[in-house]
Amino acid sequence: MIHVNAIGDACPIPVVKTKNAIKELQGSGQVEVWVDNEIAVQNLAKMAKQKGYGIEARKLEEQKYSVLFTIEKADGTVNQEQADSQEQKAQVEAETVCTPDSRSRDSLVVISSDRMGEGNEELGHTLMKGFLYALTQQDELPACILFYNGGARLTCEGSASLEDLRMMESQGVEILTCGTCLNFYGLSDKLQVGGVTNMYVIAEKMTQAGRIIKP
Amino acid sequence: MNDKIVFCRGGGCTAKLGAGALGRVLEKLSRGPMDPNLLVGYDSRDDAAVYQISEDTAIVQTLDFFPPMVDDPYVFGQIAATNALSDVYAMGGEVKTALNIVCFPETMDLNILGEIMRGGSEKVLEAGGILAGGHSIADSDVKYGLSVTGIVEPSRVLANNQGRPGDVLILTKKLGVGIICTANRVGEASRKAMDQAVVSMTQLNKYAAEILRKYEVHACTDVTGFGFLGHLHEMMDERLSCRINGSAVPVFEEALQYADEFLLTAAAQKNRNHVGSCVVFDHISFAMEEVLFDPQTSGGLLAAVRKEDASAIVAEMNRAGLPAAAVGEILEKRDVGILVQG
Repeated sequence: MIHVNAIGDACPIPVVKTKNAIKELQGSGQVEVWVDNEIAVQNLAKMAKQKGYGIEARKLEEQKYSVLFTIEKADGTVNQEQADSQEQKAQVEAETVCTPDSRSRDSLVVISSDRMGEGNEELGHTLMKGFLYALTQQDELPACILFYNGGARLTCEGSASLEDLRMMESQGVEILTCGTCLNFYGLSDKLQVGGVTNMYVIAEKMTQAGRIIKP
Repeated sequence: MNDKIVFCRGGGCTAKLGAGALGRVLEKLSRGPMDPNLLVGYDSRDDAAVYQISEDTAIVQTLDFFPPMVDDPYVFGQIAATNALSDVYAMGGEVKTALNIVCFPETMDLNILGEIMRGGSEKVLEAGGILAGGHSIADSDVKYGLSVTGIVEPSRVLANNQGRPGDVLILTKKLGVGIICTANRVGEASRKAMDQAVVSMTQLNKYAAEILRKYEVHACTDVTGFGFLGHLHEMMDERLSCRINGSAVPVFEEALQYADEFLLTAAAQKNRNHVGSCVVFDHISFAMEEVLFDPQTSGGLLAAVRKEDASAIVAEMNRAGLPAAAVGEILEKRDVGILVQG
């Protein structure tokens, strides 16, 4: 099962994240999405209905709802094909219409530590915070930011960069944190921004990226 | 100009509070003593107030402001002003003066504010009005709009709820700009779609209103945050019903496409929750349903006119370059408030 944390995300981001997670399933499986408002639950339900996915929503607490999608094998396969053809279409459009944007579209930022550079630890933290803030100020934002190993701490509770990451996410930057790393550091329930990913996706993103930025 | 306008939440009319929630607050407000000179007030659910000051003159007072929905501050200023000025046209009035309403972060580049206000002032001038001042406060996010005063002959005030059975409903702009801006926010809108949406959102309703003024108009409103169906519902006022011809409603093709990709706004769902129970869809696609609920930033006018005038009005508007169309007709009150047929 893939878990998607869309707490704090305004529509349509919860749906966009969920679509990506369902695509990641590559067939049947379950996706659990957390959102913080009922309207987002209703928008997710509309998608489930149109796509024929099973859906189960419940309120966990104030401003926290869980929406569980169940994707059947048969449907999943068909939908995967549809998704692929849609993706091809989108790629063709992107190439023909949005050429000036395409450079940022395939740039990937990889954060493998919560510190930037070797040397003093405290300075490393300050530099990393500064780097993520500076990233928000660039003319072209990256398509995606991957967080793994020590970098996973930056998307979790207590990180000084949450606001910057949320801001980039609200402008369409995909924020993904390695699930194995969250488990290892005991941060699985502390994720505050973006979704959870796996090594398959990390490898895929890195091999397909046009440009990888690693501070 | 390094600071980009930050889009933390949906901008434009997608940022409007839901009609349901608002209604519960408004109905608790004390309205004070009745004043016969208040021709249109908040109990009729219009956006503007119309107050008669002499035998042949009433003032139209309105304000509108919202967060950015496009990257370019100048274009944002144009859109916000076009949207704010629209309420005066929906009342049948002409624009006289406007005041800026500004929320702007102290740390942000003031050139951005300059661009926003340049866009706004150009639209006030185009409307034939005078930009006479304003009020600015420091805030965490950018918001901009106008308070506008216009005048209207009391006998020519267009209420939003005085349609009659048999009237034809005319919509003067295409629907779907809310979905297109939302898709653009997550990088999924084509440049062409976004350009078309901007052209639509910066087109003053002045030109549609000038054509309508030549005819007998029973009701008029502008389609904004509550979406086509939300504003249509207010026009029916629980007193009338209507039949909408889905295939006649002007929409942006790309908006349907993005709705099919589930780039849905929260505001459209709030609109659906608010009026969905009054609407019956007959052979209407999911995407078209979404577009009909889509909040419109600086949307067109929706007017109820005499059946015999409808085709002449639409023809004249089309000649003036407006994508207007006759989209349905008003019926006597029936069980189904709004029927949308495919």
